[in-house]
Amino acid sequence: MQARGGSHFGDRAFQWLTLLMALSVFALIVLIGYELADGSRLALHKFGWHFLVSSDWDPVNEQFGAVPFIFGTLVSSLIALIIAVPISIATAVYLTELAPLWLRQPLIMFIELLAAVPSVILGLWGIFVMVPWLRDHLFPWLQNTLGFLPFFKGPIYGVSMLAGGIIVAIMIIPIITSVSREILRSVPGLQREAAYALGATRWEVTRIAVLSYAKKGLFGAVILGLGRALGETMAVTMVIGNRPEIAKSLFAPGYTLASVIANEFTEATTDTHLSALFEIGLVLLGVTVLVNALAQLLLKTFAGPGVKPQN
Amino acid sequence: MNPTMTPGEEKTIPQTRRESKDESREPVPNVQRSTLDPRPSTASTDTALTVRNLSVFFGDNHVLKSVSLDIAARAVTAIIGPSGCGKSTFLRALNRMHELVPEARMTGEIRLFGDDIYAPGIEPVIVRRRVGMVFQKSNPFPTMSINDNVTVGLRLNGLRDRKLLAERTEQSLRMAALWDEVKDRLHAAAISLSGGQQQRLCIARALAVQPEVLLMDEPASALDPLATSKIEDLILELKKDYTIVIVTHNMQQAARMSDFTAFFYLGDLVEFDTTRKIFTSPAKKQTEDYVTGRFG
Repeated sequence: MQARGGSHFGDRAFQWLTLLMALSVFALIVLIGYELADGSRLALHKFGWHFLVSSDWDPVNEQFGAVPFIFGTLVSSLIALIIAVPISIATAVYLTELAPLWLRQPLIMFIELLAAVPSVILGLWGIFVMVPWLRDHLFPWLQNTLGFLPFFKGPIYGVSMLAGGIIVAIMIIPIITSVSREILRSVPGLQREAAYALGATRWEVTRIAVLSYAKKGLFGAVILGLGRALGETMAVTMVIGNRPEIAKSLFAPGYTLASVIANEFTEATTDTHLSALFEIGLVLLGVTVLVNALAQLLLKTFAGPGVKPQN
Repeated sequence: MNPTMTPGEEKTIPQTRRESKDESREPVPNVQRSTLDPRPSTASTDTALTVRNLSVFFGDNHVLKSVSLDIAARAVTAIIGPSGCGKSTFLRALNRMHELVPEARMTGEIRLFGDDIYAPGIEPVIVRRRVGMVFQKSNPFPTMSINDNVTVGLRLNGLRDRKLLAERTEQSLRMAALWDEVKDRLHAAAISLSGGQQQRLCIARALAVQPEVLLMDEPASALDPLATSKIEDLILELKKDYTIVIVTHNMQQAARMSDFTAFFYLGDLVEFDTTRKIFTSPAKKQTEDYVTGRFG
């Protein structure tokens, strides 16, 4: 009886404790949202909706609009996804389906190592190695071959929206790869055997048994990567050029929501400037939440019947 | 058709099966020989698969030890034996599925209607298109419809003609005794079917590519008695056109359905003969002990 009572109490306590922990996460998010809203009260009052449609960012004349930063964040993240998703999923497929066993563990280790490289170091490498190489080789080549597109017109500085997108891609490849790998590993071996028994080649097995089974989970992995990309700060700030303008050309410098906060927070001398930066933070939070919600919606409607492995 | 019954008894059988769902469906384990009187062998005498000195290793593990036997065409050959005796490995060696285990290797020879399936230059892909397989657990592709599950093998082979695909779908589903149950919802998800239906769908999927041999790895062991009897009826129907090799843990199933039975123990082929012989007067004491339920 005693032991039973004791364990019953233990169960209860455990349940409450875990509930409390779960609630604290929720509370933290609410608190962050509140603090951001509170800090940006002055800017909200002063600019209203104008903040979300104006492209002026002029701290000297106290004119603040978030559009170039929203644009920069979305475009650099999009570029990052376009580059990172094929590389990551192909890597995950190679690691789970094709790589010889002895090669798998070292490769996984390298990918995890890439995830462990501090953002600022990647940024330094970006400035001193990647950007000059892009400026002297890749960008001119792109301009020569795809120059008829508006995205690849205009002067080449090196630091640019495209450079920002590339560095973000490098930063989100590890997360998308390792989540995708887990998803692909969770595809039952019996599914693969079913395809093999029909005389499918390795590629066909991957296509009909593995990728189609895992597509919902892989979409989830991409969304996780997108979440990272939207908030990525340090390395992007170092290579994107930090100019608040909306240019068609990807060779032109850009600016992201996260970068402008990092760059100007220490030098914001007026209350309005500081408050505008708070509001930028609020917008970044909003954009992230919105993109995630949209992705969830997309996942529900487009994936149809199918199996979503736990992720 | 239940082969152990005389024609007069056949009609009453389905009912008693339904009524006695809770009990095991046959007068089982320690079987009397009289209840197990297997069908006489009516099989043709030509050989579908010739296995000679087949040994399979997984790493240092010697799983099959120099097995030789001939599998008759258009007949059911049952592989029986206790767990770990190598019967699944034997089955998988017949269409090179065991090669999916990275450290697997084999020695010996297997000929499929005369063709050496391990000859250099022969891709496992080709072998598997001629030797189909049905697994213990049904494994339809969950993201595909019923229709797409049946045609997937054909589409892999490059067949695009819609009319031909539809014809093959109906034909395969009919052969798998599933057509009447699904003909109105061919585009429903395959996972909306019951377990037994899913297994018959998998059989239809295997049949659609018109293999010469059908391997079945305990195809009914995860199903309820009613679904099991459907699968068994189906197998008896299929053997008119196909060569079937079936691994089973169920002695009664082997006795009821097969023409030939091979008994494996610890990687050795202990005895291979007509099913009647194995179940009524086996040559080896080990075989007798196993089929009468004294061990295993």
